[in-house]
Amino acid sequence: MDKKQPEKIKCKNCNKEIDPDEFLINFNICPNCGYHGYVGAMKRIQITSDEGSFNEMAQDLNSVDFLNFYDLKSYSSRLTEARLKSGLNEAIVVGDARINGFRTSLGVMDFSFMGGSMGSVVGEKIKILADYSIANKLPLIIFCASGGARMQEGIISLMQMAKTVSCINRLRENKIPYICLITNPTTGGVSASFATVADIIISEPGTLFCFAGPRVVEQTIKKAVPPDFGSAERNLRNGQVDMIVERKDIKDILARLLKLFKN
Amino acid sequence: MDLNEIKEIPKNYFKETLRSFFKLEKLKRISHFSGVHFNDAEKELAKKIENYKKVEKEAIKTWKIVELSRNENRPHTPDYISNIFEDFIELSGDRQTAEDKSITAGLGKINGATVAVIGHNKGKDIKERVEFNFGMSMPQGYRKSQRVMQLAGRFGFPIITFIDTPGAYAALEAEDSGQASAIAKSLLTMFELEVPVIVVLIGEGGSGGALALAIGNYVMMLENSTYSVISPEGCAAILWNDPSGSKLAARALKLTSRSLLHMGVIDRIIFEPLGGAQTDPVRMVRILKRYIVLALDKFKNTDGKQLKEQRAQKFETMGFLAESSQDLFSDK
Repeated sequence: MDKKQPEKIKCKNCNKEIDPDEFLINFNICPNCGYHGYVGAMKRIQITSDEGSFNEMAQDLNSVDFLNFYDLKSYSSRLTEARLKSGLNEAIVVGDARINGFRTSLGVMDFSFMGGSMGSVVGEKIKILADYSIANKLPLIIFCASGGARMQEGIISLMQMAKTVSCINRLRENKIPYICLITNPTTGGVSASFATVADIIISEPGTLFCFAGPRVVEQTIKKAVPPDFGSAERNLRNGQVDMIVERKDIKDILARLLKLFKN
Repeated sequence: MDLNEIKEIPKNYFKETLRSFFKLEKLKRISHFSGVHFNDAEKELAKKIENYKKVEKEAIKTWKIVELSRNENRPHTPDYISNIFEDFIELSGDRQTAEDKSITAGLGKINGATVAVIGHNKGKDIKERVEFNFGMSMPQGYRKSQRVMQLAGRFGFPIITFIDTPGAYAALEAEDSGQASAIAKSLLTMFELEVPVIVVLIGEGGSGGALALAIGNYVMMLENSTYSVISPEGCAAILWNDPSGSKLAARALKLTSRSLLHMGVIDRIIFEPLGGAQTDPVRMVRILKRYIVLALDKFKNTDGKQLKEQRAQKFETMGFLAESSQDLFSDK
């Protein structure tokens, strides 16, 4: 039998063929055009935190289909499917990690789990993480990647916006620094809650970061939006983010910020 | 099942219903000719069809409430403000860039005590509606409400908010001036307040735009108003790529006052005059005034810190989980 050739992949931005190995080593960044490809939660933790320093918390929290939400498929079967597809239990992984030696509490969202949508469990996990931060006086770092609130949980998912902001409010009262990293894409309920109340907001290049997505806006204003709508560069120009940092530099910047906050 | 009855449901949902309907017919025919009975399968299919019928019935019932909540003749924020509060003075502007008329804010008196009043304003006639952008606010509007809330917080005035919006305005200029952060900051400001906050949902409660003013110590809701994470039309468009499913989506989202009370999202339902608030606005205003006075009395002697804590506690305990999370804070 022939040895299976590794599949060639194409960059979504420049459409050139890339060697998959090179793509992987390069943190899923296209070596030709610098396009930042998608990175899952586990790989993100691996490239951001010190090796073996991540201890996951609250792994066994699970969502329930309390509304009996049914659209062609039930919410519970969608959850099972998402768990199998992404290999994760929920759209966020939280835990305790070290970044260049600095101990932090780290939360990483994963877009592949139902579009990174925020339901009860995501809200609860952020609460656990914030409580852990306060109890241990650790700075909080969250990587956002989400389409917004999880429709299948109805109003309760909207309430998670309030819940997470309330947790961040307690964090602020306890003078704990909170850094939020915006990764592609961050929209809807997540962008309008805990992501934008951070002390420092850092974005990756080319990230979509907005409240209403481009399609929704096009529908409302009945004309095409500019091509850079909601992009990190536009947000920087409009004063919505502190800085744009490339993926390979994120760890360094975080470590430098943590050093400044430590004082 | 009468197939003519179910019209406005998405195509693929319709197909599935039809499929089980035909399957059942076929099984019945087979058993008629061959004498072999498929009791279990038949029962199951019949149950499925029965279920669809029930869903459809509920959907139509919910849709009536959605339509009522959007009724143009329902009393809006200005009607409540002018009839409930004495000496009301409107305040304008976010002191930064603009004045957004889709949110009305000001100070007034109720039962002799000064309160701050903030509410979405949809407008009465078509001219006003265009001017007020149909109650969809720009970031400037949320910044104005934050300014008034902070003012009220400083002077210890209780805050009363009226929610009636299809959602935050989705437009390019809104995004460019930071819609997401304006809503998030609004939530944060409301959690920082040390005065009582009473929230009344009087019509449509659409998504983040509604939540931005709805962090209250006590949340009340008119019987025929709605409160949901996404509009039924938007939900149907995402789920089935077919806006005709909005009735089914409305049912699935459980956006009525009764379901919300059951889930613990709101604290009280205020019943409307028979047929809805638009049939007797004068009476509706009188009913609401009584409940607002009662709610304010509830928090009369509560300390500011306690109010803040109660609000945080109320919203932080919302959510349904499969497993509880305990013993996580043992330091490694």
